[in-house]
Amino acid sequence: MAMTLSGIVFGVGFFIITQAQTSGFERFFIRTILGVNGAMRIQDKLQDTMRSMDAAGPNGGSGFQVKVTDGKKYISGVPYPQEISNAAKKFNEVLGVSEVVQGSARIFGNFREMDCKPYGIRLEDHVGVSDLSNQIVLGALKDFRQKRFGVLLGRPLAKKLGVSVEDPITLQASGATMPFRVSAIYETGIEQIDRARIFIHLPAARSLFKRPYGASFIQINLTDPYRAKDISPHMTEVLQHHVASWQERERSWLEVFKVLKISAGVTVSIIIFISGLGMFSTLAITVMEKTKDIAILRSIGYTQSDISQIFLLQGLTVLVVGVITGWIFAASVTLGVTKIPIRIRGIFSTDSFVVEWSIWHYIVSGLIASVVVLLASWFPARRAAKVEPADIIRGTGG
Amino acid sequence: MPSQKPTLQAKGIQKFLGSDLNSVHVLRGVDLELMPGHSYSIVGPSGCGKSTLLYLLGLLDRQNEGEIVIGGRSATHASEVERTEIRNMHIGFVFQFHFLLAEFTAAENVMLPMSKLGKRSPEEMREIAFQLLSEVGLGNKVNRLATQLSGGEQQRVAVARALANQPSIILADEPTGNLDVNNSNVVFELLCRLARQHGQSVLMVTHNPDLAKRTDFVLPMKDGLFVEDEKS
Repeated sequence: MAMTLSGIVFGVGFFIITQAQTSGFERFFIRTILGVNGAMRIQDKLQDTMRSMDAAGPNGGSGFQVKVTDGKKYISGVPYPQEISNAAKKFNEVLGVSEVVQGSARIFGNFREMDCKPYGIRLEDHVGVSDLSNQIVLGALKDFRQKRFGVLLGRPLAKKLGVSVEDPITLQASGATMPFRVSAIYETGIEQIDRARIFIHLPAARSLFKRPYGASFIQINLTDPYRAKDISPHMTEVLQHHVASWQERERSWLEVFKVLKISAGVTVSIIIFISGLGMFSTLAITVMEKTKDIAILRSIGYTQSDISQIFLLQGLTVLVVGVITGWIFAASVTLGVTKIPIRIRGIFSTDSFVVEWSIWHYIVSGLIASVVVLLASWFPARRAAKVEPADIIRGTGG
Repeated sequence: MPSQKPTLQAKGIQKFLGSDLNSVHVLRGVDLELMPGHSYSIVGPSGCGKSTLLYLLGLLDRQNEGEIVIGGRSATHASEVERTEIRNMHIGFVFQFHFLLAEFTAAENVMLPMSKLGKRSPEEMREIAFQLLSEVGLGNKVNRLATQLSGGEQQRVAVARALANQPSIILADEPTGNLDVNNSNVVFELLCRLARQHGQSVLMVTHNPDLAKRTDFVLPMKDGLFVEDEKS
């Protein structure tokens, strides 16, 4: 029974630890991408598809048009960003909107030139829909705010260009060349973004890309970002623009995390299942060894239910002790794991293990252990209850 | 005796053992009545149905036909739970092998039936267990584990356990079959003396004709029926 108990302790413990880590990294990733790209983006205007049909009348045919929803077409970008922003703000769940003009450019630093993606923003708006203010690692947003031709660079890009705060850079796009000065350096932790994305003021972006009107997209922040998936279809319908939620944008990564969580959960649950098998065989052997004792208890007035309860109680004791010890073990290890240094850069930036403390990990592990242990003890208990005392006593008497 | 009510009545008990094709008609309509304060012994050759009858009367098995009434309650159509309750309240068993729980002390083994009945506090149960063990001559060994007692002592603990709930009937299946002559006499005398003192009926299956003759009634059995009453 000690082996079974150990199995339950480690099974429950490892289940919680692995779930805490996978959920922790998933949450951290979500927090990062919400802080970078916002909860939703309004992009690409829907183009109504009108179909012409001939209708027959008493005086011959007449033409009319019907609106169809199948085969939707989009016009790239948001032609009237101010109107769309105002309309979006009327949604109760919307916390902030930021109009962005985006394009591609060549950036010239001290010694090198590279491709980059300038984002033209209104700083105050964009700070409301992203975590930009907390992503500055060198310099200050105040400097960017004050300088019309200030620029924010990602740390890897600045490093490759060999530039730092206050250094001049030049952007070249659509045949135009404009000089800028580095106001600050940021880091989101998402390598792909930090290597290419730069922030400039919206008017500067319009000049650089020769785009006096419209926006590439509008970034939106919500009071509850987790509702983005539910709100986006409604907003698409009302605004007649494609509105992409972060869940839609990051579907691939979210699926990866989901698969990881399930895989880790199933793998670790096998320990609990094996412990259950161990308990089943131990109790089954006990029932066989104790048939005489069972018979005598039955003969002195113990019911079948009393006999079952003896074995179920053994299972219950192992379950309660195992699960509680497993929870304590899991909580201690989870706490210890957060102290382990680990440098992760790529899809997010962290220097230690990230965990999520969720009561559900504890409840689910307890439920899995309960089902396994109770099933493992129920079958032997049932068998014990069915022992016929007369057969056993008669057999022993020889 | 006529003014007293029987502790057990069995009428027309029939029992078949085995499956349909190999079925053996073990009991062929046995009638029996036990009166309080009396001892009975069933004797007969092996396979005549003595033990089978004892287990039926003890409600450890079900007869195919006939009726068993214990303490005024018919057990024939009673549920398993009701039969177990009747057994717990009215019947005490002593088997050829003592069947004590090895992990328990002598006192704890005696307390088991009382614990199940649930009518006494732990202190009362312990007191009664000590008293019964003293009556069977084991007052100084109450806290010994069953495995630390001799065969005769273990059987005496089993007798004390059978008396724990003050049942009206003691059923004993060759209670001395596994003991030497001295211990056989001790256990037999104990059973009969305590039964008389407490007004209980003792029904004993035995192969020992000398012991059988010392009971109030000898019930010889042959081919599933009582054949004659040798002594009354």
